[in-house]
Amino acid sequence: MTAGPGRAAGLRVQGLRKSFGDTVVLDGVDLDVPDGITAVLGASGCGKTTLLRLVAGFLEPDGGTITIGDRMVAGGGRPVPARRRRVGYVPQEGALFPHLDVSANVAFGLARGERRSARVREVLDLVELPSSVAHRQPHELSGGQQQRVALARALAPQPGLVLLDEPFSSLDAGLREDTGRAVARALRASGSTAVLVTHDQGEALSLADQVAVMAAGRFLQISPPGEIYLRPASPEVAAFVGHATQLRGTAGGRTARCDLGELGLLADASGPVLIVVRPEQVNVIPDRSSGAGGADGADGVRAEVLDVSYFGHDATLRARIHDRDTVVISRVPAGGVPAPGTSVCLRVSGEVLAFPLEGPR
Amino acid sequence: MVLAVLGLVVAATCLLPLGYVVVSSAQLGAGEAVDFLVRPRVGQLLWNTTRLLVAGVGLSVVIGVGCAWLVVRTNLRAGHLWHGVLAAPLAVPAFVNGYGWVSTTHAVQSYGGAVLVVSLSYYPLVYLPTVAALRRLDPGLEEVAAALGHGPVASFARVVLPAISPAVLGGALLVGLHLLGEYGALQILNYPTLTTGILDQYRTSFNGPAATLLALVLVAFCLLLLGVELLARGRRRHSRVGSGVSRTATRVRLGAWSPVVLTGVGGLVVLALGVPLASLGRWLVRGASTEFPLGDLVAATGTTVGLALAGGVVATIAALPVAWLAVRHRGLFATTLERSVYPANALPGIVVALALVTVSIRSVPALYQTVPLLVLGYVILFLPRAVVSVRGTLELAPPVLEDVARSLGCSDAAAARRVTLPLVLPGLGASLALVSLAVSTELTATLLLSPIGTSTLATEFWQKAYSVEYGAAAPYAALLILLSIPATWLLSRAANSSGLRSALRPLGAVS
Repeated sequence: MTAGPGRAAGLRVQGLRKSFGDTVVLDGVDLDVPDGITAVLGASGCGKTTLLRLVAGFLEPDGGTITIGDRMVAGGGRPVPARRRRVGYVPQEGALFPHLDVSANVAFGLARGERRSARVREVLDLVELPSSVAHRQPHELSGGQQQRVALARALAPQPGLVLLDEPFSSLDAGLREDTGRAVARALRASGSTAVLVTHDQGEALSLADQVAVMAAGRFLQISPPGEIYLRPASPEVAAFVGHATQLRGTAGGRTARCDLGELGLLADASGPVLIVVRPEQVNVIPDRSSGAGGADGADGVRAEVLDVSYFGHDATLRARIHDRDTVVISRVPAGGVPAPGTSVCLRVSGEVLAFPLEGPR
Repeated sequence: MVLAVLGLVVAATCLLPLGYVVVSSAQLGAGEAVDFLVRPRVGQLLWNTTRLLVAGVGLSVVIGVGCAWLVVRTNLRAGHLWHGVLAAPLAVPAFVNGYGWVSTTHAVQSYGGAVLVVSLSYYPLVYLPTVAALRRLDPGLEEVAAALGHGPVASFARVVLPAISPAVLGGALLVGLHLLGEYGALQILNYPTLTTGILDQYRTSFNGPAATLLALVLVAFCLLLLGVELLARGRRRHSRVGSGVSRTATRVRLGAWSPVVLTGVGGLVVLALGVPLASLGRWLVRGASTEFPLGDLVAATGTTVGLALAGGVVATIAALPVAWLAVRHRGLFATTLERSVYPANALPGIVVALALVTVSIRSVPALYQTVPLLVLGYVILFLPRAVVSVRGTLELAPPVLEDVARSLGCSDAAAARRVTLPLVLPGLGASLALVSLAVSTELTATLLLSPIGTSTLATEFWQKAYSVEYGAAAPYAALLILLSIPATWLLSRAANSSGLRSALRPLGAVS
């Protein structure tokens, strides 16, 4: 009833190139966004905002095509101007029109006759804002409310595609999570296709149906969140999404030897490999053997705790493997966190990822 | 592209007076110039100007900084009331103040009198920026100084004074530039300086090389002042480090000094406001009993308001391309354009007027002594105020708002109409008001440029006051003060509130 008629339009970007002067920002980018929410995840300066501005029509590409729904909006003859693309745009910090109240902001994109209709109330409902805010001025709203109004304003004309540019980066941590969830609910309820640009991996993994990891003007991997985390396509993706310890080792079939001992692999490999171990895969066990220098026992590899970051629900510790320079990151439950300086045993549970190392070094 | 061309035209127009002085001085033979400049009369003018500058700026700084400190940092009773009263002399044009004093006692027609009167007129230019700087000052600085063993005097000298020095220097520079350009007050006080000398020369020889040479010397003085201020300011930057809510500082208790301070500040207000206003009131009553030319007053007011609005509108429109380029197309070109607008702010009205007279006679004689030329003079003189206001307001309308509007289906024109224009309109209004108010009390350029038979409040007042018809001049003086009150009120509020502070920037726009 509140949702739009679901005129969701997919987005397809092919071979998109854009340079500013001598700086290549996008270097032949392909992206397929079927429906649902796709997060474009990357460090600042990787080109993700430029991609968004190209799709919105604020910039013109140097090459490649952009197709929204079944309409090619750039790359085939004259580019379609931003105002005719039916794309909702939610910029950083909302950018509400400061001279208009909430309902006038939301009604901005509606045709003159629709501005007084029930549509404004409808989209405010959709973003879970009470109708009492309708006549407030933007500066009277909290940051999270401003973002919700900005989304309502983008959704009001029932766009096929909604673009969100770091929409939560200006909010503080608690608010960010709540607002993010509310925005994702509203997007799903309205049946819109959405592209969310962010540098926050937690945001990308928790809100999106598909995550596209971007670095230096290219996509490294485009997959569902679970796959991005558990099956990263490259060591770069593994390092960028979530903490990870990377160790060199030698693989032979389904196992590999490294400083953490003999580990099971997720896929067959052979020869020199780079092994990626997630912190939650590393179990920390009190060192029961007395005396130093003993061989690694059945409990795992002996290591010395360097430092501990305590978060309340759990803790992250860094430990150096005895007689090696290798430092391993481990996540341990809140109870029984070892003190820095103590000796512990590390044991890896489950299978780990291994990437073949190209060429001997 | 169109914008860039418009911006270039505006910037070139603003540099016209400076170019005129340089070019026409270069055309004179060096021997001729030296012969003229070594005359004893010129030496007298130089000496008079220099000693007025030194003493006037010095006294203004002492009064301005002292009062600012008393109002902001001590428990002076009714501080807010004092703040308004101390800023108020800005609403009395200096030539009206001079008239008030001269028509009370002829003792002020001396060096000491001139220093006193101009300082009383212009000290608010130091006072207001200093108040703003003191309010912005992080009280933590003084607490740190105290914790490091400094007493109140030592911490004022070593911490507070260096921190507010840019504001004080900026204010002192403005006082200096105003003193160099002041004509009316000094003429009525019978104290000849370079500026009054230029007008004398202009009157006797119309457009001879003498006036131009004196103008060159005057411009050299202005540049010297700018240079001195730049040197004194150095490369220091005084910004608040760190963020967070700034606390109000603990105020110094005056205690037993309270009566002394109150007497001092009260005495200052009597001298700066009381004397001219009382004198004005007296002449108003006395003049009204003999004649009250209502028709002339209404006509002069009409002309003044018309010219003021014309100047305000044209200056605001001229400021738009410059400010737009500066905000939306940051870069070397835009910065150069914006900067080239400001030097005219440092040029005395007399130089701008002289340049326009000469250039118009030489190249477009039809423009000479017409309203468009007069308005052009106002625009060159007051464009910096307009640029600062318009620039500030354009910053309130970031381009992302237009992006959003376009994504919601607006064409460029519709985005401008529905988003940008409503946001910048108040700022354009402020620019119009600031320039119009400055125009309405301008005297020097108006005297030189206005078409024959044009009478504004300032010229009518001047004509009557100069021919010692004090009673007849009084109603015009009263109207001039009334016209100046809104801008003064705006500036005195701006010094206190952070949101309005950009309104103070026209005061410091030259630096």
